Amino acid sequence: MDFARSLALVAPETLLSVSGLILLLVAAWAGDKASRAISIAAVAVLTVCAIIAAPALWGAAMGPQTEAFGGQFRADAFAAYGKLLIYASAGVTLMVAPAFFDRVKAMRAEFPLLIIFASIGMGMMVSAADLLTLYIGLELTSLASYVLASFLRVDERSAEAGLKYFVLGSLASGILLFGMSLLYGFTGTTSFAGIHDAMTGEMATGALFGVIFVLAGLAFKISAAPFHMWTPDVYEGAPTPVTTFFSTAPKVAALGLMMRVTLEAFGNQVFAWQQVVIFASLLSIVIGALGAIGQNNIKRLMAYSSINNVGFILIGLATATQAGASAMLVYLAIYVAMSVAGFVVILLLRDENGDAVEAISDFGGLSKTRPWLALSLAMVMFSLAGIPPLFGFWGKFVVFQAAVQADLIVLAAIGIAASVIGAFYYLKVVKVMYFDEAVDKVKGAGELSHTVILVLALLVNSPLGYLLTKCLDTLAGNAAAALFFAY
Amino acid sequence: MIGIEHYLVVSSILFVLGVLGIFLNRKNVIIILMAIELILLSVNINFVAFSAFLGDLVGQVFAMFVLTVAAGEAAIGLAILVIYFRGRGTIAVDDVNRMKG
Repeated sequence: MDFARSLALVAPETLLSVSGLILLLVAAWAGDKASRAISIAAVAVLTVCAIIAAPALWGAAMGPQTEAFGGQFRADAFAAYGKLLIYASAGVTLMVAPAFFDRVKAMRAEFPLLIIFASIGMGMMVSAADLLTLYIGLELTSLASYVLASFLRVDERSAEAGLKYFVLGSLASGILLFGMSLLYGFTGTTSFAGIHDAMTGEMATGALFGVIFVLAGLAFKISAAPFHMWTPDVYEGAPTPVTTFFSTAPKVAALGLMMRVTLEAFGNQVFAWQQVVIFASLLSIVIGALGAIGQNNIKRLMAYSSINNVGFILIGLATATQAGASAMLVYLAIYVAMSVAGFVVILLLRDENGDAVEAISDFGGLSKTRPWLALSLAMVMFSLAGIPPLFGFWGKFVVFQAAVQADLIVLAAIGIAASVIGAFYYLKVVKVMYFDEAVDKVKGAGELSHTVILVLALLVNSPLGYLLTKCLDTLAGNAAAALFFAY
Repeated sequence: MIGIEHYLVVSSILFVLGVLGIFLNRKNVIIILMAIELILLSVNINFVAFSAFLGDLVGQVFAMFVLTVAAGEAAIGLAILVIYFRGRGTIAVDDVNRMKG
């Protein structure tokens, strides 16, 4: 419990905070012309932090020796798994962002800093072992995200996205906080372990209210139905690199936080929240699938797709088993790869002026004019739809397997049926690209960095991804074991 | 005698007023910011009341953190509102509709 050991456990967060503050000073003095250099430095810092965090995951760190600051913070294998995904997503965002913002002449030195501060918050979210740590991590992420969503100040859509995200995000934080205050009052503690121990047997009505409020607030943060209404607008309005970020890192962090809260803090009261999670999961799958059908904007489509995917991930949570948690983590990693590939393709879809081509109807005949781009997008769509040779199938497979093992066969069956509906709109995009009249609107050439990231992400999505299954299963297993340690 | 339940009733009323203020208000985004503050303050009443009731200091520490974050949140909310107003020339809630579907 000594202070030095606690500091060693929070090394990634400390390094990110210190370098974030130093880079903030650099940004203040050097101005916007230093933004590329700051982005490169930020990617380097994130890489170092990932290297520092990684041993906990491979070493399956768990238990008391991973607790820092009197049980406020836990740097175990589960936290390390989340942090690796978060830092990777943040790094990808920083690599694709400068080209995008340079085209609209809005690259500012603050952008990489906001990503860094959001990453600190997300690292705290997956490491939280106390309601206070949870709240501070969540708010650090949210406040940075509101600014990121409205980063393109000249674009009205971006400002509107920021405003909507801010209002609904603050409301969700308020609901979450009210639930936490009730939990504190009725269990007498804010630590997850204390809440876990206090919630044995019959639960007080006030504590039950607290559980429901906390779940509602978290459902908002992961954009699960019925708290999903902000997602399409924010995804469409935010600048595309920011959307890339939103659909990957905060999703990992919020789902990791939700797993910590439900499986650790509420682990004694599975029946109190299992029905809620099943409901949210089914509703997300159905709304994600049906809502996407009428969309003509590819970013809105990806928003509904993310709602849909969160529904599938929540099936793993509904099982409340270690196998389910491990399946969720595998799905999350694959989902991050799919999202990154999808959004890098969207970033590459530009007309001759360098403006983004976002309307799906403008993709007509893309297979003839830009065959490689069309092939990439088709692969992403097939992978998101979970069609077998591609790796997206594996994520759905492990989640459904966990659900069947936990006797949630009805849930799995409805999920599989809804994924068929979902396949419809993914295939519609492929149909427009391959069988419609050529519109010939997409012109712009791609940057090397985008191509490299795209090829790597597509390799993970391709059937070659199955080579990763063993490694991914081991790591997700380590992380899930740390989550269930002693509970 | 004022007990813990009185504080809970007051904070619940404030919380519901805050939530209603966000959803029923059709006029002005500034009112939404005030409603958000109301929600956070109702939570603070809860934390402090529970802290006194339980004889445990954590609740008051939590309340201080909530106050600090609320200040940051208000600053960011107003900043976003300013850039929104610069682009659109209005902050009426009904006009926040550039994106739909």
